[in-house]
Amino acid sequence: MSRYDRQIKLTEVGLEGQQKLRNAKVLIVGVGGLGCPAAMYLVGAGVGKIGLMDHDKVDISNLHRQVLFQESDVGRPKAVAAKERLEKQNKEVHFQVFEEPLTIENAENIIKQYDVVLDGTDNFETKYLINDACLLADKPWVFASIYKNEGQLSVFNYKNGPTYRCLFPKSTRQNISCESTGVLGVLPGILGTLQAAEVLKIILGKGEVLSGKLKLINMMLASEQTIKINKRPEEIERIYKEGISPVYIDCDLKNKERWYLDVREVFEQPKPKGKNVLNIPLNDLTLRYREIPNNQEVFVFCQSGKRSKNAIEILKNEFGFHNLKNVEGGIETIIDG
Amino acid sequence: MKVTVKYFGLVAEAADKSEEVIELSEVLTASELKKQCLEGLAITDKDSVQIAVNQNLDDAITIKDGDEVALLPPFAGG
Repeated sequence: MSRYDRQIKLTEVGLEGQQKLRNAKVLIVGVGGLGCPAAMYLVGAGVGKIGLMDHDKVDISNLHRQVLFQESDVGRPKAVAAKERLEKQNKEVHFQVFEEPLTIENAENIIKQYDVVLDGTDNFETKYLINDACLLADKPWVFASIYKNEGQLSVFNYKNGPTYRCLFPKSTRQNISCESTGVLGVLPGILGTLQAAEVLKIILGKGEVLSGKLKLINMMLASEQTIKINKRPEEIERIYKEGISPVYIDCDLKNKERWYLDVREVFEQPKPKGKNVLNIPLNDLTLRYREIPNNQEVFVFCQSGKRSKNAIEILKNEFGFHNLKNVEGGIETIIDG
Repeated sequence: MKVTVKYFGLVAEAADKSEEVIELSEVLTASELKKQCLEGLAITDKDSVQIAVNQNLDDAITIKDGDEVALLPPFAGG
């Protein structure tokens, strides 16, 4: 009797479906509250190869929801501990462990080697990164996020369907994690399990995949709702044209009349809107100082106030600027709202 | 006209409710209604919040009597 007998009996699976599962490669980015239950079901179902990516270590406060880990795993790398546990569950599955974060540099290359990506991450930066890399590598990805008692679930970039940027073209600075807000372990358990179900449907080519739809779940209210997502072709075209693009978060500055010089790198967030802000990264100042007005007051800022202080020194000592003022507390002190 | 507004995530928390029925005296687009609903709420990056009208993401559509709108902020916990 095959270990997969109970699922092979389903008409949606059968021997042919089981073979598809065996040939499938799934990358799980983030082996936490979502990634743990998802991995267990995918391993149970006999997915042939699973990538486990996480650069974090197991903490005692993870154990209430990250169901792969034991007390003896505390302090160990999550990806390694997860692999050891999952190998005991099913020795037929091949694992690839990545004890590193997904980055702009490695994302496309790693994702290319897989058929589907399951997003178990807890931050916007990585979600947009997965989105862009999956778009460029032409792979579907299964998204989930939780906030307190609520969850969001969708499948993006499936057969040219909408992407995460079609749902949320603009991100937010409010990057709030389970660590800070609290969560009952069952909620990521539910969402991660639903993610695994979407992955299985994608591999089997059966049923309705949650593409072009956002499922909203409120565990406390026992309520569910599905919202239709439309494609925003301009968001998709931009990524094809510009490549993986960092999360773009814009903001308004309190003062719209003053001249500002932003000496942060171009990818640093949030990005102020308005024509009164010039962005020249610290290292480019000696090449581009001529763009800075010298006949009126210019307020120079960075993230914290340190680099802008250096920038003013350079501009004053080397290029004779005397009209520059440092924004002491960094960008957060001049944002409106 | 009466419109049912559903709040999610941080927006529900800032509004201290998950749902309410509001009375509109003027014709508004979804994006105008969103602005009105979020006004005064302690949320940063209001532009990131999406509005769905009758389970369809669309901020250009004109709100009609009996519509159900949902205010959806992005969140990223995992």
